[in-house]
Formats: sequence, C-alpha cells, structure tokens
Amino acid sequence: MHVIDRRRNPKSKSLGNRQRFLRRMKSHIREAVNQSIRSRKISDLEKGQEISIDSKDLQEPSFHHDAKHGNRDFILPGNKEYKRGDVISKPPSAEGGSGMEGSPDGEGEDNFSFVISSDEFLNIFFEDLELPNLAKKKLKSLKSSERVRAGFAKDGAPQRMNLRQTMRRSLSRRIALGRPSKSEMQELEALLKEALEKQDEVEADRIRKRLSSNRIRMQQVPFLDTVDLRYTRFERLPRPTTQAVMFCLMDTSASMTEQLKDLAKRFYMLLHLFLKRHYRSVELVFIRHTYLASEVDEDTFFHGRETGGTVVSSALEKMSEIVDARYPIDDWNIYAAQVSDGHNFDYDMQTTLGLLSQRILPLCQYYAYIEVGDDIFPGTSVLWNGYTPLLEQHKNFARAEVTEASEIFPVFHDLFAHERAT
Amino acid sequence: MMNKQLLYSGSEWDFDLLRRVYDACEEIAVGELGLNVYPNQLEVITSEQMLDAYAAIGMPTMYRHWSFGKKFAREEMLYRKGAQSLAYELVINSNPCVNYIMEENTATMQTLVIAHAAFGHNHFFKNNQLFRQWTRADRVLDELAYAKKFLADCEQRYGLDAVEDLLDSAHALMQQSVDRYAPKRQSTSDKKQKAESRAQYLESTYNDLYRTLPTTADRAAKPLTETEEEAKQERSALELPQENLLGFLARHAPKLKDWQREVLEIVRRLAQYFYPQRQTKLMNEGCATFTHYEIMNRLHDRGQVDQGAMLEFLHMHTAVVTQPSFDSKFYQGINPYALGFAMMRDIQRICEHPEEEDRSWFPEIAGNGEAMQTIRHAWAEYRDESFVMQFLSPRLIRELRMFAVNNHSDQPFVSINEIHDEQGYRNIRQQLASQYDLSKQDADIEVTDADLKGSRRLVLTHRVHNGRRLNKEQCNRTLRHVANLWGYRVRMLETDPETGITIDEYEAMPMP
Repeated sequence: MHVIDRRRNPKSKSLGNRQRFLRRMKSHIREAVNQSIRSRKISDLEKGQEISIDSKDLQEPSFHHDAKHGNRDFILPGNKEYKRGDVISKPPSAEGGSGMEGSPDGEGEDNFSFVISSDEFLNIFFEDLELPNLAKKKLKSLKSSERVRAGFAKDGAPQRMNLRQTMRRSLSRRIALGRPSKSEMQELEALLKEALEKQDEVEADRIRKRLSSNRIRMQQVPFLDTVDLRYTRFERLPRPTTQAVMFCLMDTSASMTEQLKDLAKRFYMLLHLFLKRHYRSVELVFIRHTYLASEVDEDTFFHGRETGGTVVSSALEKMSEIVDARYPIDDWNIYAAQVSDGHNFDYDMQTTLGLLSQRILPLCQYYAYIEVGDDIFPGTSVLWNGYTPLLEQHKNFARAEVTEASEIFPVFHDLFAHERAT
Repeated sequence: MMNKQLLYSGSEWDFDLLRRVYDACEEIAVGELGLNVYPNQLEVITSEQMLDAYAAIGMPTMYRHWSFGKKFAREEMLYRKGAQSLAYELVINSNPCVNYIMEENTATMQTLVIAHAAFGHNHFFKNNQLFRQWTRADRVLDELAYAKKFLADCEQRYGLDAVEDLLDSAHALMQQSVDRYAPKRQSTSDKKQKAESRAQYLESTYNDLYRTLPTTADRAAKPLTETEEEAKQERSALELPQENLLGFLARHAPKLKDWQREVLEIVRRLAQYFYPQRQTKLMNEGCATFTHYEIMNRLHDRGQVDQGAMLEFLHMHTAVVTQPSFDSKFYQGINPYALGFAMMRDIQRICEHPEEEDRSWFPEIAGNGEAMQTIRHAWAEYRDESFVMQFLSPRLIRELRMFAVNNHSDQPFVSINEIHDEQGYRNIRQQLASQYDLSKQDADIEVTDADLKGSRRLVLTHRVHNGRRLNKEQCNRTLRHVANLWGYRVRMLETDPETGITIDEYEAMPMP
C-alpha cells in the first residue's frame, strides 16, 4: 500500500476545461457585457460577476425518454396509508408525479449560472484589442534612459548619503577603536560627583584622570569619519518606452444633449477600462471643452456638468500645451480620442484642421475621432466633413460614428482591433 | 483478540496513522471477511482537487472538454454556496486501485474511508463478473493517458473546434454505445475465410438457367438487381441491426477520417468502462457500506477504536444509509447505500438467524451459517437487477414499506398496484428489479438500415416500449449529432415493436 500526498500538486487541473468552457460561452459573455454597457454602471464591470446564461449551446443532448409520455411502473418506499387499488389524481400541471425521470443530468438547464472572475470577464471583453503603433515607438526611442538603484558608492552628492549604511560603519568603527560612549561618560561624571560628596579625593582623582583620557580618546576617534560615508548609487539604464498617454477630449457644449454626453462617457469608460487593464503605464489626461478647454480629473470628467459654445481648437491647443509641458515625445506614446457631436464654430474649422495636421497628428501614434449623434443625417456634420481630407493624409487618424449605446462596443472594437490596417 | 492498542484518539491524523489504520483494516478485511483486493494506493488531496476530480468524472487523468469545465463551474458554485458538500473519498477501478481521500477528514473518517473504498469498492471491482468481463483494471490509467495525449495532439493538428464538435457528437451518443452482450470475437481473417467459402458455395451451385427466370416484383432491367444484390451484401457487411451507435459509426461512417474514428472509439471505450458501474451502483455501494460497517465494528470490538470514534462513525453511517420516504422533501429516489446495505445485512441475517418465512423464500441459503461466503458469492456473480430479483426479502419490503405505483400518461390519476403484503412481495420485487435493468431504462435504439449506394441515408429505429417515446427536442438535437458523424441524412423511426407500426419520424441533415 502506498500513501501519496497529492496536496502539493499543481492546482486547477481543470483549467483547460474551464478555458474551453469559456471559449464556448464567449459569444454569450460578450452579449452579457454588451448588456452591461447599455444599462449598468461600467465601474461594476471590473468586479467579477455571476453570469447567468440561458443557452442551448450548453446542453448536452442525448436520446432519452420523455417523462411526460408512456406507461410506467415504479417502486416507492415509505408507504403510510395506501392500499392496493387506491387511485390518486394527478396535480393539474401533470408533471407525471414521478420524479423518476429528470433531465439527463438531473438538473434543469434553462438557466445555467456560474461565477466568472473579473480577469476572465475582461479578457473576453478586450480580447484581440490593442493600442495601435505602440511597437514602432519602442524601437525609435531606445535612447531614453532611467535611473535605477545600483548599490552604494564611497562618494557622491551629500543629498544621496545613505544614513543607514553610513551609521552602520561608524558604529562598528567606534566599537573597534574603543571610543567611549556618551552614557559611559555620564556614568563617570556621576561617580565623580558622588566621590566629591563623600570627599574621597583619591577616588575623585582617579575618575578625573579617566575622564580626561576618555575625552582625548573621543577627540582622536571621531563620531563620523570620512571612511564611514556611503552614498546611494544610481545607474542609468537604457529603457524601452512603452509609456503611453491617452488624451480624452470631450465636447461638453450645449449642443451635446444629456443622451449624447452619456454615449461619450460610456465610450471613455470603456477606453479607460481597456487601457488600465492592458497597459500598466498608460496615463490618462482628461480634457473637456466648450469654447474654453480645461484639464480636469477623472471624476469631474465623467460627472461634471458644464455647458457653453463649441470651439474644438481650444481643446487641441490645450492638449499640445500639456504634451509640451509633461510628455516629451521621446518617452511617450501619445494617443488621443475625441468625442463630439460634430459641431464647431465655422471660423474655428480652419484653426482646428491646421492644428491637427501640423501639430497634433505628427505627435500622435493614433488619433480617433468618434462622433455621437442622431442618425438622421449621418456624415453631414461640420467636423465629420472637415476631417475627411485628414483620413487620406494621415494614416494614424481614424473616425467612427456612434448613435446608440449598443454600437459602442463594436465601434470601440473596430478602432482598437488587432492589426488595424495602418 | 480483545484489547489491542488504540489506533488513535482524537481527530488528528498523519501518514503514519494512515498506515496503521490501513494495516488494521487489512487484517480484518482479508483475514476475517475474506476479501480479495487489488493493491491500494491512497492519495491525499485537497477539496479543490476533489472538485477537479469531480469535473473529470472522477478519473485521475482525462482529456479536455468544455463539458467538464461546465460541470466544474456548477459543482464549484454549489459547493461554495454550501448547497452541497463533497464526497469523503473517490475510488477508481484500476490496478493498483487509486483511492482519493480528503485532507479535511478526521481520523475516524479516514478509517471509514479506507474501509469503505480501499476494501469495499476495491473488492467489488476486482471480483464482480461484470467488471472482470468488461473492464481492464490494469489498463484504465494507461488508456486514459493515451486518450488525453491523443486528443491533445488532435487539437494541435486539426484545431480546437474540430475536436470539440466531434467530442460533442460522441458524448451525445454515449448511452447508446455500449455492448450489452459479450462480444463475438471474430477476427478479420475469420471473416475473410467465411466470405471466401460463401463465394465458393455460390460458384459451385451456379446454374445459368436461373438467370432466365423472370424476377417477380421487379420489372426493371438486370443491372439493377445486381446493384440491389450488392446493396444487400453491403448491408450484411455493416452487421445490421447494430445497437452500438458509436461502434457502428466508427467502423462504417463514410466520411470520417482515421483520427475521428479513433476519437469515437475512445469515447465508446469510456462508455463501456462506465457501463458496469451503472449496472451495479446498488451492489457496489451496498458492498462498500457493509464492509466499512463490519470493519468499524470489529475494530471497536478489538479495542482499536474508542467510543468517541465509534459515535462519530455511527453518526456518519446513519446519515449515509438513511432512506427518506417518498413524500419527504429529501426524497431523491431509492438510496443505493440504504437499500444495498440493508440487503447485505438481510442476507447475513437469513444465513445466520432465519425465520420460517425466510426458509420458504430462500431455501438455498437460509440458515447455512456461511454469511460471508454467501455475500461474497453474490458480490461476484450478480448485478443490481438480478441481485434484487434473487435476494430482496419480504421482510425488507415490509421494513421499507415499499409499494408499486403505476403512472400512465393517458390517465388523470396514478394508481397503487401493490403494497407490502403477501400478494405483493413478488411483484414488488420484480418491478424493483426491472427498475435496475438498464436495458429497460435506456432508450432502445438500433441502427437498422444504411444505404451506402444511393442516398447514403442512415436509419435508426427506436423501439417504443410501454408508450415511452423519446423527448422530441432532445431527439432532434441528438440526431443532428448522428448526422454530423455519418455525414449524410439520418432518419429516426419510432416504432411499436409488437405491431411494427411507425409512430413518429425524425430527420436530420449534417451541418455544412
């Protein structure tokens, strides 16, 4: 007989099965996600959730008898009052009253629910999406570097002195060279006082001598010597940049109705979730604009209320300012997504296009324009028409249109799909 | 024998203890009960690993399929919500016999589990004739490892989807893919010889005159009768009618590739491996429960387990062998542990302390004083159906207050046909036995016709017994799986075997 301890064996032996199961459920999970975007708070998406799937795909059919038909005899235990020949009328719903023949697995499968972790959920959600053109940048800007800690040095700038290392060496040196400690001196002084009180001159003399020799020693052996000093050392390491910043430009002017703003916000939430998940170092800059643009924090961006006229170039200028100030192009992949209802003051169009093609688009890895609006006159807005020439001139420019919440995910998916034709 | 040293006290256990307990159990099981077991292998696992094992239908290695993932998701959900607790053990019919035991078990539970699985189930696997005839315990694990590797290779080579679709179809037909009777072992050379001698016979009795006789019904030209003749020969080559669907499709489906045939064979062998377990659930659990009960009691008599352990054991044991009444909300059919255990104890009683009634019902065994030998013989030679038919005593029918119910879908009521009285015993016993007869419970489906020359249509026939028709929706979906494997149109006839009348018809086309 052998006893084998299998507890240390790798866990999740059925992980492969679970993956296959989820793969099969993917379309249903996508559907569930789509539902959530339409109706639920997206912030909830990040939590794992119970998914209830009503699906034919999950059934494993087999040939078996229908419980509702036929003539069957069976034996039951626990008779209390029945006699031979008794008849019992069936309940009106006519289940057959038997319970002998259930569904094949002994379980109802109309609604199969199970818990799926947020990781699995979002993996399926954002599968085959990526930030376009990221790799190019990586090669281009290998020259940028980063300081990393690399041990300790004997010299360096004072502000980099490492106290812990320095004090450690000082202490060991002081002990080795026998430098009297402060407490030792205090003790001796106390003894001296005592001796003086007792008027024991011999003892007092002896203590005085010791004190003076100690003082000399203290001066000879300094508390902190230059040999003790240690400095934190840094090295510069070349570093591939995969840092990216995403500019979210949202039109919050009066022409954007609540419904349109909602669409725009949902789009950004999706974007936010995607970037946070797939690119750890992605920074987000939220810019909202009316005739004036301002950088705001996440919360204000998604929940603030502000209206006014529309000047798109204000946002673009703001963006370019921020890039200059904080995001050197060498180090950062720059992305931008602009959501608008397509309105802009006519006089501003020229400035906007100029800014875009001269300043912004050359900076950006990818610039996506999403137009939210009613679908009555698609492709007739000022911005939509104005941007048309950009499409041809700049490969890193893309645009799309969203008219209702259910379209957000497909559009998002198109914009960030793998191997986008660039 | 009395007052041996206590094996343990308290609930903690370690590996040394497992060994001591195993040796003590072995002394009783082999020495006193006369059991004959495969070598054992105890494997300690965590609850999560137990869930894993559940998902892989209890096997240590298994090929990958989404349905196991689904099962895992469901079991996990039930377990986490507390709706269901896990089994204490899991045992595999293999040589060496693999016993999974959970780390959370107390020392008493481990003792119980070792007695139950490592000796009870193990003895049954090794000795019952169904297992001996149909399963190869020494090859199971190798076979599963082979299946896993083969399917993983197929996934690599032909893609996940192709393999998944194939397995879906194969799983749908598992129930109809067991050989119920001992296989005719006919090698290909035998077949060849037979065909040759048949041809020789035809040649030797050839008479050209017969050719000029007008054929009766057929007014068509001669070549057609030739093709008909060919079709007839082909049909006999297909070994129709054939009740093993996967076996048939693996051999004869025209469009399948070799690897697909092998996958069908793998699934078919799996179905065959589990068939004895389905046929002996009652006896197998009865055997294991009886064994653990005997061993625990004898351990206690010898002073090897203390009173506390015994109380803990009895608490669990009674929970296992409870049979709720039909009207209880806990009723889930007849509990195989309860009935199995009760029948084993009953046989023991009949052998040792028979009453007048027993002597007339069981003249061969009543009072023979050889309880263990009688029981071991039953374990070896019977399956659930024949076991109930042979050994269910009137006394037990009375104790369990069994009654027979008839439910006819055309009637607005159900009727009580038999109760536990003098007239009822035999009928109740017979009906309960047929309830355990899988060939009566599973749908009776055969391949009856396959046209390999013309439309290539396959015909299945479901023989409807007692008006029990197939579930329509499920039948349609399953039939589509058959069509996918066969590659051409498939038809299913539901016929009444007595009158030969076709009651219903289904058709399915393969998916493009």
